[in-house]
Amino acid sequence: MNLSMKWLADYVDVGGITAHEFAEAMTMSGSKVEGYETEGEKIKNVVVGKVTEIVRHPDSDHMFTCQVDAGTGAPVQIVTGAQNVHAGDYVPVAMHDSWLPDGTHIKKGKLRGVESNGMLCSLAELGLTTHDFPYAIEDGIFILQEPDMTPGQDIQSAIGLNDTCVEFEITSNRPDCLSVTGLAREAAVTFNRPLNIKAPAVKGAAEDIHSYLSVEVTAPALCPRYTARMVKNIKIEPSPRWMRERLRASGVRPINNIVDITNYVMLEYGQPMHAFDYRYVESGKIIVRNARPGETIMTLDGITRTLSPEMLVIADAAKPSAVAGVMGGEYSGIMDDTNMIVFESACFDGPSVRTTAKKLGMRTEASGRFEKQLDPATTIPAVQRACELVELLGAGEVVGGMIDVDNACHEPRRIKLEPEWINRFLGIEVPVEEMRRILTRLECKIDGDDILPPSFRSDLEHKADIAEEIARFYGYDKIPVTAIRGTADGGYTAKQKFERLIHQTLLAQGLYEVATYSFISPKYYDKINLPANSPLRACVTIQNPLGEDTSVMRTMTVPSMLEVLARNYNNRNKAAALYEIGTVYLPQKGRELPDERPVITLGLYGDAYDFFALKGIVETLLRAAGVDGCEYESSAEDAAFHPGRCAQILAGGKCAGMIGEVHPAVCENYQIGTRAYIAYLDEIVLFENVAPECGYRPLPRFPAATRDLALICDDALPVAALEKAIRSAVGNTLEELTLFDVYRGAQVAEGQKSVAYSLIMRAADRTLTDEESDAAVKRALKALGAIGAQLRS
Amino acid sequence: MINALQTIQKQAAEALGSAADPRAIDDLRVRYLGKKGELTAILKQMGKLSAEERPKVGQLANEVRAAIERLIDERISAVRAAQLEHRLNAEKLDVTLPGRAAPLGKAHPLTKVLDEVKEIFLGMGFSIAEGPEVETDYYNFEALNIPKNHPARDTQDTFYISDNVILRTQTSPVQVRTMEKQKPPIRVIAPGRVYRSDAVDATHSPLFHQVEGLVVDRGVTMADLKGTLELFVKRLYGDESVVRFRPHHFPFTEPSAELDVQCFACHGEGCRLCKGEGWIELLGCGMVHPKVLSICGIDPEEYSGFAFGMGLERIVMRRYGIDDLRLFYENDLRFLNQF
Repeated sequence: MNLSMKWLADYVDVGGITAHEFAEAMTMSGSKVEGYETEGEKIKNVVVGKVTEIVRHPDSDHMFTCQVDAGTGAPVQIVTGAQNVHAGDYVPVAMHDSWLPDGTHIKKGKLRGVESNGMLCSLAELGLTTHDFPYAIEDGIFILQEPDMTPGQDIQSAIGLNDTCVEFEITSNRPDCLSVTGLAREAAVTFNRPLNIKAPAVKGAAEDIHSYLSVEVTAPALCPRYTARMVKNIKIEPSPRWMRERLRASGVRPINNIVDITNYVMLEYGQPMHAFDYRYVESGKIIVRNARPGETIMTLDGITRTLSPEMLVIADAAKPSAVAGVMGGEYSGIMDDTNMIVFESACFDGPSVRTTAKKLGMRTEASGRFEKQLDPATTIPAVQRACELVELLGAGEVVGGMIDVDNACHEPRRIKLEPEWINRFLGIEVPVEEMRRILTRLECKIDGDDILPPSFRSDLEHKADIAEEIARFYGYDKIPVTAIRGTADGGYTAKQKFERLIHQTLLAQGLYEVATYSFISPKYYDKINLPANSPLRACVTIQNPLGEDTSVMRTMTVPSMLEVLARNYNNRNKAAALYEIGTVYLPQKGRELPDERPVITLGLYGDAYDFFALKGIVETLLRAAGVDGCEYESSAEDAAFHPGRCAQILAGGKCAGMIGEVHPAVCENYQIGTRAYIAYLDEIVLFENVAPECGYRPLPRFPAATRDLALICDDALPVAALEKAIRSAVGNTLEELTLFDVYRGAQVAEGQKSVAYSLIMRAADRTLTDEESDAAVKRALKALGAIGAQLRS
Repeated sequence: MINALQTIQKQAAEALGSAADPRAIDDLRVRYLGKKGELTAILKQMGKLSAEERPKVGQLANEVRAAIERLIDERISAVRAAQLEHRLNAEKLDVTLPGRAAPLGKAHPLTKVLDEVKEIFLGMGFSIAEGPEVETDYYNFEALNIPKNHPARDTQDTFYISDNVILRTQTSPVQVRTMEKQKPPIRVIAPGRVYRSDAVDATHSPLFHQVEGLVVDRGVTMADLKGTLELFVKRLYGDESVVRFRPHHFPFTEPSAELDVQCFACHGEGCRLCKGEGWIELLGCGMVHPKVLSICGIDPEEYSGFAFGMGLERIVMRRYGIDDLRLFYENDLRFLNQF
């Protein structure tokens, strides 16, 4: 909402307050000022000049040399290329060392050898258009036709380009403040100054509107009030300068007197108005009704719209002429030969206007206001104001009488004034008299302990709303600052601590954390070779996505990680070690909401990394996080991975994730020209497998026995099987089992490998004898033999 | 014999003087003091001496032994010291060569600052609540006093999953879920992802993070709201930060406010950073609307509370002077490396 300070001054005198103070105080009482600007403030040293003499430039056939009286005593010589200047004209003169609104700096100079001490300005050069000054022309000098000009006078004051315009951000609960009167009310209370809103006075003619027009409202729930007045013998012409100035300052383009009046009233009273050309009101009937199924209307913007029955239209006997509260139809506008009009000042149901505007895809100034639910009590003052302006401008003759179909509820709401509750709620101590004073100034009626808010304050419903009014005008800044009392059970939960530990361990291992979008393209599943029948392709799908790339909620994080790896690879980062704890969204049968599960995803590429580098990171992570009993099982199931370099990670026997080298074809899909490695882990499965904290174990008191085993076995036999055999055969005296060498090559037969282990055995209560240790090794060798591993000879 | 002893002492002293390493010194010890050494050889001849001479020579011999032993010890210390010094000199390092560092990872800037925000509130006795990102219309809007067709819905362009299910546009639904689950006193923050259908550019993202806060108890006042949030700002931005609470409107709080921090660059004068306003909008807050308390099954006559919500990205951008929101989700290491 842009507010003209000249206009505001009609209703409240804010004299003696600077624009800055005004903005500050209004902001702090709840009408946030986004900024303010004084019109013409960028124009410097441009004055009114009177052309005293004009002759052809001696060396140019399209330029003229003017002598201009700019109030400086001696005439100022200025060369112009314009063809519309004559001696005696008053013109805007940009003097030597002057500034134009677009930042142009004008200095004296020579034009084809003739000295020019400034410039004569056009409308555009002053930042104006013919809408602002209809008597001027676009391409030529702005020949001034303003009253009481004197040469040398600042151009701003001469043409009224000196209003200050304040831009407000008005919250959706205060449609009343989208108007000059609404802001005047707020300003009057904020600055404690008198408010001067008078009821408009209309003389009117002897005739009666009823002899021309009838109004029927068949959908009263959607149109609580419809008020109309008529004007005849209209003379369409530009509106006067003061009106054009105010419209311009409010950001509205002046058009003609009747259109300008409807806009002016909307800005002043917050009530959108419509003027119908009576010629096109078939049979003199206005019917406010639901649209008929399939009914169409061509709106003022030239587009034919198909309406549906929940939409409200303003119709005549034959056809709809406007979509109620949204936009008029093609014949509803004002034309140059319009002679008779109907002013509509109506109140429509907010949600209905909002739905209609949304459905038709046309949000207008009017719909934006109506949808916030306007005050039905404003329709009459607004239509009266429009008629008053018609008479003031001499734009036509107001027909006597008024049609007012009023189905609105005018019973004021009652809210109990509870001063103790308000003080307790806000933490202040405002006397009840002060509260009553504030509320009265806000035009609330006080009836005993009851507050009756004015009709334009439909946002006041509850005692908390009253508390806000008190707080606003008592001053938010005066509310004290206290600490919350009492104790609270704060801190991280066990699960949150677990997640922090994961972050810390991964960071300590040199990984960088990334953050990726939760939504992906369904096509990304093809990029990672996910089988067509994979249940993971069933996604939570966004109905109105921004694009396909962000159209489904991911069920896996691998595509997101690959994207990031690819981007870094493409940006020529030599290596990357990344992780994210991100959510996947798994649809659940029979449930409205998906299962949202946190997944830890790791991604690596670069010379220093291979499968075992990633596995080492995962192992350290799990150890640090206290996740016990993890196993890795070779797996070729996930087609995103190299079939021979991928393992399923099991925690407590449950699948906790996958680890592997990314399948070369997938790397190619992502244009990653090197090997990449990815692991992902379900955080919840890991958390469920965190080992309970264990007690202290005494330090060993007896010596350990050490034995090394060099084994030969089939190359395909995983070492996990060897380890399992050794562990179960040796039993609980096995303190440590360390793999220290794996060898394939000349010394062993083809297809075989040598694996060397070191065993440390110890008993807690005695020294193990050599016999015991040897027996244990023997057991181990027997078990190993059973799975095809022999002692290397 | 006395002469012989004195000669041994003299010779030993000379020999030790030129012994340059521990082994040579040890050889000398054997040569003079060993079982077959020169001193022992002389002492073996003691029997030949007269009764008067024997104690004298014996005493002298002991003195000579002690002297030689002392000389040996001194020499050993000296040689070791020289050797150590030599070694230390030889081992001098160019300490300005780079270290062999273990790799160090870095948290995402959003996580880094979020952790700071969390720590501040944890220190005030808050805990951290969580809620789903795919949310029902009820929790995201209805229960927050934003019925269907409420104009406030327009400011939050919503991604729809179905008529009834959406991607949450704010973290405020976690307020409702928390109040449904937990009896007051409640003191939680709820950080998380939120979604709005804004096309991607330098200042818009369809996905961003908010941190929600909720306090409900008996006798919670707007003064408490001011106290809590002012303390938060001072912890986040330093004790000298200046804040103001300015009236605003949110459907689920009443009274509502926005908290502005005085511009760090111009201290309220107005500059480019604060777009001339002198203040920077940090968060929205207010007293929980009694309607919302009732909807969540908390008696507004018995309890009151306040709530707040802030956008994380904007705080992080301001902290580091980041001018493009997209950088957060592009995850280029050259960006991540800087935090």
